Amino acid sequence: MTRNSIIISGVMLLVFGFIYADTFTKEDVIRWQKEFDAAAKYGRQLWENSASFKLGTNNVACAQCHPNATNTHPETYPKFQKQLGRVVSLAEMVNWCIINPLEGKPLKLDSKEMVALLAYIHSERRGVKLAPGKH
Amino acid sequence: MSRDISRRTFLGRSALGAAAALLPVTLVNVVFGQKKGGAAQKAKAAGDKTDFTFAYISDAHIQQISGNKFVRNWDQGLKRAVAEANLLIPRPDFVMFGGDLGQLGKKEELDHGAEIMSACKYKTHYVMGEHDFYLDMGACWEKLFGKQYYSFDHKGVHFIVLNSILTYDSWNKKWPSAMERMVQMAGLDNPLGSPFMVGEAQRKWLAADLAKVDKNVPVILFSHSPIQKIYKGWNFWTEDAEKVQALLKPFKKVTVIYGHVHQIQYNQIGNISFNSVMATAWPWPYPQSYALAKSSLPVLTVPMNRADPFFERDATGWQFIDVNSGKVAANYLLTDNENRTVKYNRKTGRPEDVKYQNKRTAAQEHY
Ligand SMILES: [Fe+2]
Ligand SMILES: [Fe+2]
Repeated sequence: MTRNSIIISGVMLLVFGFIYADTFTKEDVIRWQKEFDAAAKYGRQLWENSASFKLGTNNVACAQCHPNATNTHPETYPKFQKQLGRVVSLAEMVNWCIINPLEGKPLKLDSKEMVALLAYIHSERRGVKLAPGKH
Repeated sequence: MSRDISRRTFLGRSALGAAAALLPVTLVNVVFGQKKGGAAQKAKAAGDKTDFTFAYISDAHIQQISGNKFVRNWDQGLKRAVAEANLLIPRPDFVMFGGDLGQLGKKEELDHGAEIMSACKYKTHYVMGEHDFYLDMGACWEKLFGKQYYSFDHKGVHFIVLNSILTYDSWNKKWPSAMERMVQMAGLDNPLGSPFMVGEAQRKWLAADLAKVDKNVPVILFSHSPIQKIYKGWNFWTEDAEKVQALLKPFKKVTVIYGHVHQIQYNQIGNISFNSVMATAWPWPYPQSYALAKSSLPVLTVPMNRADPFFERDATGWQFIDVNSGKVAANYLLTDNENRTVKYNRKTGRPEDVKYQNKRTAAQEHY
């Protein structure tokens, strides 16, 4: 390949890349939604059957205290958690619950499980106005 | 002469020493009403025989981890309630246990729960909860505690205990195993669950039982689920609630006391006052906290404070019930939070929170 043709294909890539980056189809949107729904669904399984997924060590499940993920208030995070004395994210509070009531080990913040739990919590709270910082 | 709660002593001073040995240290810091000799004497002189107290412990959810290991948190809740109830002065006439003694109805859980309850110094009556029932349809529970529904009379009040957590036979039979059925019913928000009901056979029994009772005799009915419809999605609900209410309608003074909801609720429907009781295990969110569904918490209810998860026992507790001339005052002993009293107000004809009915606080807002 000549030097010129490399430059040309580079330019072509840029041009087409530009076009493709901003273009998506209905099918794409459906697929992406399905990806989210699958994560939320996995989150629900973790929520209900926390013990079989080994989130904790004492058979306690998230759903025992939080039916339909209520009293998790995802719309209020990040917020100042008075008991911890600092502003924390929802994921940190999820880990707090895993460590304490569930007597388990904290999840990595970017783990598939943590993301799934957050997806489920948010999906049960659709339509609620964002209220970051609200106590 | 009505006995005022503020004049009662909850814990006798002499008992505090013994209590400290049994209980988490924080208990001795809890301030209860002061005993006043004069007030106690006056109440006695008035000689109102229908005034008495009973204690109510509910929703312990004793949960087996494996072998003889049980969830410490729930064990502590029940142990503490029993130890505190034992210190109640004046002594309660009896204790009610409001159902959900176990989590999955296992023999190990019910045995372990019964063992903790055996430390209770008073005669105890039990109500069936769904967590006790759906593994073996109540067989193990019956062996331990007796009949699933019954009535008794005490100091001029007719007491009724119902098993209100029955459901359709077709649902009971659709699961591949008994444990699968239990697990499906144990999930509060499980869409594959089934609505609770008292059922025709029991309603027939209730009608016959009530036929023998004078309409002026106060009736207090205990059930696990609310005999009113609050939120079907979590079974804060009894499918044939109206039919049971109709049977209670001819009576002048009727109170229904229920567990299952793990939170303070109260209501007045016609002649019937409703009071819920707290769980010793964990609190549940108020149903209006679920933004995707509609529910109808009685407007009368001033909710308890939002729970602080960093206090393991917050928004859990037990209660003692004062029965005064046939109507009740439910005194909620909330570990790690301010105690609450919901008392029948003769002037307005409904149960009311004695402190917060007309002035709610920010902490009582649930969203
Ligand atoms: Fe319960
Ligand atoms: Fe229940």
